[in-house]
Amino acid sequence: MNGGTIEAPTIEYALLAPMLIVFGAAVIGVLVEAFAPRYLRKSIHVPLTLLALVGAFLLTILQAVRDGVPTTPAAMGAVAVDGPALFIWGIILILAFVSTLLINDDEQFVAQAAAVPGSSDEEDAVRHGYEQTEVYPLLLFSVGGMLLFPAANDLLVMFVALEVLSLPLYLLCGLARRRRLLSQEASVKYFLLGSFSSAFFLYGTALVYGYAGSIDLRAISASLGTVAGQDTLLFIGMAMIGVGLLFKIGAAPFQAWKPDVYQGAPTAVTALMASTVLVAAFGAVLRVFWVALGNLDWHWRPVMWGVAILTMVVGAILAITQTEIKRMLAYSSIAHAGFLLTGVIATGAATQNREALSAILFYLAAYGFTTVGAFAVVTMVRDAGGEAGHLSRWAGLGKRAPVLAGIFAFFLLAFAGIPLTSGFFGKYAVFSAAVAGDALPLVVVGVVTSAIAAFFYVRVIVLMFFSEPAADGPTVAVPTIGTSAVVALAAAATVVLGVFPEPVLNLADQAASALFIR
Amino acid sequence: MQSPAEIVQHSGGVIGVSWLMIALPLLGAAILLLGGRRTDKWGHLLGVLMSLGAFAVAVASFVELLGLPEGERRRGMSLYEFIPGMVDLGMLVDPLSISFALLITGVGSLIHIYSIGYMSHDHDRRRFFAYLNLFVAAMLLLVLSDNYIGLFIGWEGVGLASYLLIGFWQFKPTAATAAQKAFIVNRVGDFGLLIAIFTIWTTFGSLAFRDLTADVTGQASQGTLTAVGLLLLLGACGKSAQLPLQSWLLDAMEGPTPVSALIHAATMVTAGVYLVVRSGAFFEAAPTAQLAVTIVGVATLLAGAIIGCAKDDIKKGLAGSTMSQIGYMMLGAGLGPAGYAFAIGHLITHGFFKANMFLGAGSVMHAMNDEVDMRRYGGLFSVMKITAVTFVIGYLAIIGFPLLSGYYTKEGIIETAMHHNPVLGWLAVLGAGLTGFYMSRMVFMTFFGKKRWADDAHPHESPAVMTWPLIILSVGSIGLGAFLVLGNRFMTFLSPAVGLPDPVPTPHVFGVGTAALATLALVAVGAAFAWFRYGAAEVPALAPRGSFLTAFARRDLYGDALNEALLMRPGQWLTRIAVFFDNRGVDGLVNGLAAGIGGTSGRLRRVQTGYVRSYALSILFGAAAVVGALLYVGNM
Repeated sequence: MNGGTIEAPTIEYALLAPMLIVFGAAVIGVLVEAFAPRYLRKSIHVPLTLLALVGAFLLTILQAVRDGVPTTPAAMGAVAVDGPALFIWGIILILAFVSTLLINDDEQFVAQAAAVPGSSDEEDAVRHGYEQTEVYPLLLFSVGGMLLFPAANDLLVMFVALEVLSLPLYLLCGLARRRRLLSQEASVKYFLLGSFSSAFFLYGTALVYGYAGSIDLRAISASLGTVAGQDTLLFIGMAMIGVGLLFKIGAAPFQAWKPDVYQGAPTAVTALMASTVLVAAFGAVLRVFWVALGNLDWHWRPVMWGVAILTMVVGAILAITQTEIKRMLAYSSIAHAGFLLTGVIATGAATQNREALSAILFYLAAYGFTTVGAFAVVTMVRDAGGEAGHLSRWAGLGKRAPVLAGIFAFFLLAFAGIPLTSGFFGKYAVFSAAVAGDALPLVVVGVVTSAIAAFFYVRVIVLMFFSEPAADGPTVAVPTIGTSAVVALAAAATVVLGVFPEPVLNLADQAASALFIR
Repeated sequence: MQSPAEIVQHSGGVIGVSWLMIALPLLGAAILLLGGRRTDKWGHLLGVLMSLGAFAVAVASFVELLGLPEGERRRGMSLYEFIPGMVDLGMLVDPLSISFALLITGVGSLIHIYSIGYMSHDHDRRRFFAYLNLFVAAMLLLVLSDNYIGLFIGWEGVGLASYLLIGFWQFKPTAATAAQKAFIVNRVGDFGLLIAIFTIWTTFGSLAFRDLTADVTGQASQGTLTAVGLLLLLGACGKSAQLPLQSWLLDAMEGPTPVSALIHAATMVTAGVYLVVRSGAFFEAAPTAQLAVTIVGVATLLAGAIIGCAKDDIKKGLAGSTMSQIGYMMLGAGLGPAGYAFAIGHLITHGFFKANMFLGAGSVMHAMNDEVDMRRYGGLFSVMKITAVTFVIGYLAIIGFPLLSGYYTKEGIIETAMHHNPVLGWLAVLGAGLTGFYMSRMVFMTFFGKKRWADDAHPHESPAVMTWPLIILSVGSIGLGAFLVLGNRFMTFLSPAVGLPDPVPTPHVFGVGTAALATLALVAVGAAFAWFRYGAAEVPALAPRGSFLTAFARRDLYGDALNEALLMRPGQWLTRIAVFFDNRGVDGLVNGLAAGIGGTSGRLRRVQTGYVRSYALSILFGAAAVVGALLYVGNM
């Protein structure tokens, strides 16, 4: 920068292509909403969305197999497309594709979101067969944000990505067709709390900037220890950035939104949130704590220990008394976030634990698939009022729909981490990395809480197979091709990653070996 | 002395697909069990076909193995790695495992065929064949695995199949109890094996046979090796019904007779011998454990023989004899490389002649309305000639009649034991004499003498599907021993897997050493005494009271009483005390813990008020805590 002239920024378009495709398709989606007639919209949106995701995925693969992952950040140091980022992109795009198939399933979304629940407007909208097709561009915007989030190489870009991924999700949460009030309440709660935590993130960014004089992650890392007397600023800033990120992954004590939002949101959106957002958020957590704050690991690790323990314990213990299937899965997701945090703790600058990084990547892939599959099953178990969410309604499901119940039981076993499912290897990899990273007590807590968690997973299996079916129990909806494809795909991934994990483990290891660009 | 050969990584050929041996019967079991009643019509045929298929693969692998140079006859194949280097499945096709595979699939197929006839009146014939197939698959997994984990899975698999088949007629309370007894007693042994496996893993860091060579085991401390050896022996004792875990085998005769022939005579009960021989690297490095093996072997061979002397139930008599013969094998296996070939050789010939006699006994029972009491037999030779002749061939083989199968293999064990330790040797000779007595007693009481049949008995020869297996097995009972032992054929064949002793013994067509002659003399005395008591004299239809010795033998040497007094009653006391403390202490703790967790969960749940303001407050407090903690840690 000299003489007040502003240089045009260089942008590596090829490197950022996956992200750009998704954003581009989202913009086209908005245009479709504006110009295409109502009856055509859905038939344009669905192929567009799927194509964009597939295209982005193919480009991601292309990036990964090309010789040499770049060693410097792109877009003037704002975005780092490195090994872990590419792996995370791959997972997010596949999971988003699968979730789109689920979202495409009929009758999940409200006819007209603006109509007051129970009003005559709503009746009109339903009668006309309206559908809120903005879902698709919203989804694409959100996915674009998720791609940017873990790849952001400076704190402001990361903040923008956080908002881009979150805002569409807040809206999506409020679009459930049934139990609309619950859905809208979830949306507002998520919005309020999300904004609240974003504020923490932003404030933390400001404080860290005050310390380091830069928002670039690498510059922050370089400045550590060079500024005298400002440590308090740094520590408070670090803590607040941490709060913003930990909120997103649903770590305790910032987990309160998760059950309410997961329950209220349309289940297909819950599937998207529970899988892709977790993946993206962990990517960001790893990047911040590894690239920018890796040299401070002696300081943040003890705090992260406390958060991880609290998260595992709260997730596992609170899940026990849940009576609603989606809430139970939400607490299960909290517990899993805790297990993943043990892996994060194992990646310290001191140990430079590549093993832990690859373990987390594998865990995210395995957990993402199982989660989407589990929520897909939830969408299929219905009674007169829509999805039969209360656990008591699931009694004896094994007799009515043995295949579906069997698959769901399999997903639950994968959540519990039983051998020959993908969950086993995820946990095994993360815990063994944590042991190698001197976090043995954490692993002990992890194993104990896993045992507690196994209780409520198995309880559902017992309920499904060994209880008498309720007299007016739910029926299992005949699934659409999309939903059955999702369930089949998730089940296949859970089996394959559990029996032949080697290829994906190697892939994760390869991605991790490139490490984050520091 | 020659050590075992290295295990070579194998690919291609028939050996490359030798896993089919396991997969085929497993598939058969799966189809028959999952297919349910739909497969009733052809289920037994499928079972036979799968077993024959496995046999074909075994024979082809065997032929291919013979085509390889001697030093390269140990072929390893990795099938599936679960946790690489720790938990994986692989095949090891070497002379030892292929010998077992041939025995299991060969005799197994004959017994499958025989069962078509034997079980033809049973509603559940399909289920029976499903379990038989399951057994064959598990047993093959046991012997063909290239590591202790696969071996253990097979070990548990045969235990399960054995349990299911002993209790096949579960409507009989005795059968159900016997099945449970077999399972529970085996559990004791299984724990021994399991702890041995754990110890091997922690000491040597591997469970693959290829890594556990004599060089490796030699580096561990003598105490560890002895412990591993004794624990493996405990496992072997459970599966092979050796003292002190012998009590289940006699009760196991409640199962259908083909099961007794296949599982409780020819194959499964010999798994202990396989385990000891396969773990030779440990036993050869731990003389104390080896001595324990020989002592267990000798004690059991005598105990089994004594029990066999007093039994009137033909199957229990044969079961006692099985115990005793496995005792011989165990003795041989405890003698190191010098004894391995004879132990395994005897195992194979025994597989033939004992299956031969068990199936013969089944044929007799089939003819006599399932009567098992030999005091109700007599003079059956005239009505069922094929059964009688083949049974007598098996009988001559087991007592060691010169030139028949048992003569060579048993004589080999006795000679080697005599050379090793005369006390063991003479006790083994004594056992041979007892064998001569009780087996002759069985033959005389069943096929000769006066008819003591029940009034409604109309004995007749069994159908061809049952007699042909008898005939084939009896051919093996005649010639197999000479074929294996003479010229050290089997010892040489086996040497890549288990090593070769130094010096290599020179077997004779007809031995004239002290031990050989003494054995023959004692057997003759035993047989003559049996003729005098049960052939020439009248056999009372009701068992006389007999001396205290007879009572001792009839009650299985008070094995059950001993178990009850030493283990069961103290065990029950212990359980009662444990239950007391469990209720008060452990349960209190566990239930309290569970209730505590549940209660905590319930209380914590109330924090989830649903009000966004309280959530925001919790985030605020959380953030304050995180900031505070970081500041505290940072400024420490």
